[in-house]
Amino acid sequence: MKLKWDNEGMKSPLARARGLGSAHEGADHWMKQRITAIANIPLVIWFVFSVVSIRGASHAEFTEWLAHPVNAILAILLIISTFYHAVLGSQVVVEDYIHSEWFKVVKLIGTKLFFFALAVACIFSILKIAL
Amino acid sequence: MAEFALPQNSKVQKGKAIDAANGAKRKKTFKVYRWDPDDDQNPRMDEYTIDLDKCGPMVLDALLHIKNDVDQTLTLRRSCREGICGSCAMNIGDGKGTNTLACTQAIDEFKGDISVRPLPHMPVVKDLVPDLNHVYAQYTSIEPWLKTDSPAPNRERLQTEEDSTILNGADGNGPAACILCFCCSTSCPSYWWNGDRFLGPAILLQAYRWIADSRDEATGERLDQLEDPFRLYRCHTIMNCTNTCPKGLNPAKAIAEIKKLMAVRR
Repeated sequence: MKLKWDNEGMKSPLARARGLGSAHEGADHWMKQRITAIANIPLVIWFVFSVVSIRGASHAEFTEWLAHPVNAILAILLIISTFYHAVLGSQVVVEDYIHSEWFKVVKLIGTKLFFFALAVACIFSILKIAL
Repeated sequence: MAEFALPQNSKVQKGKAIDAANGAKRKKTFKVYRWDPDDDQNPRMDEYTIDLDKCGPMVLDALLHIKNDVDQTLTLRRSCREGICGSCAMNIGDGKGTNTLACTQAIDEFKGDISVRPLPHMPVVKDLVPDLNHVYAQYTSIEPWLKTDSPAPNRERLQTEEDSTILNGADGNGPAACILCFCCSTSCPSYWWNGDRFLGPAILLQAYRWIADSRDEATGERLDQLEDPFRLYRCHTIMNCTNTCPKGLNPAKAIAEIKKLMAVRR
């Protein structure tokens, strides 16, 4: 697919620079990336602290720990925040480095579906133990 | 998809070596990037050893000495020779090299041989002359002029001292001091990978110069035009722009201010 910003043919430089115009989005992505990054700080500290404290626990002890409402809620929040952050971050990586338009679209949709499916699986597992 | 190797014709080869120092006491070797669009050859690094007593103290003086007295085929842009026009921006150094102005870069700041290359990642017209058509078109695309709807006053449009300080900077290094040499944009990895759509630090600094102008009435329209994953948000705060600016300006801060305004207006 030939796009307006490709440098070929006899296109005027201004036509190329203006391209397809502004997408009028990006601020939302930028803010969400920062908000999830900040949310990740306490959640990951809690997670690391928890992993250390339940080290060596038996399966029964672990399921009992995760079934506690505070732990289950924090674990679900951790999953939502980190996976959302991962989706936003991988989108940036794809946009930065992949220059084939069709591959970029496939990759963007693919990573989003992948992380969404993974997050749903994690949350389902937590709920199954907790409820 | 992804390209990992350089295109075949962009591998830089070793060029000729000319010793024009004639055994002088103070001599210096300049390795200069050469490429001629007419001879189908790969680019090469030519080495010129010159007598420093025959030229002025700056890298531009040495390059002009080479062009005038050693090798007249060397091509470069220059005009004011005092850091105001931005024409002689190139990549200079005795190691990895930094984008700077040849006219304000002293030769004696470097210990070893000095390499001189055109601004990175731009199409080369010849030797040290990069093709700036696209970046100039990007500059046009942000409409770098005062836009107002109010009727023109009978005198100058007034501005408080505080408001003019935003443009000029308290130390004279505000966004209005940019000379558009494009040292910053061509040092930015994001601009290297996505320069077709990302505006780059130089143009975003200029965009901010008009957004921040208290006399301009088109701020919202300007922000609308910038709000785009590529035009603005390819900036990942790498900070090469601020590190390399030969005028000591801070494009990274200007971009951060634009991002802040994008968040504030929501």
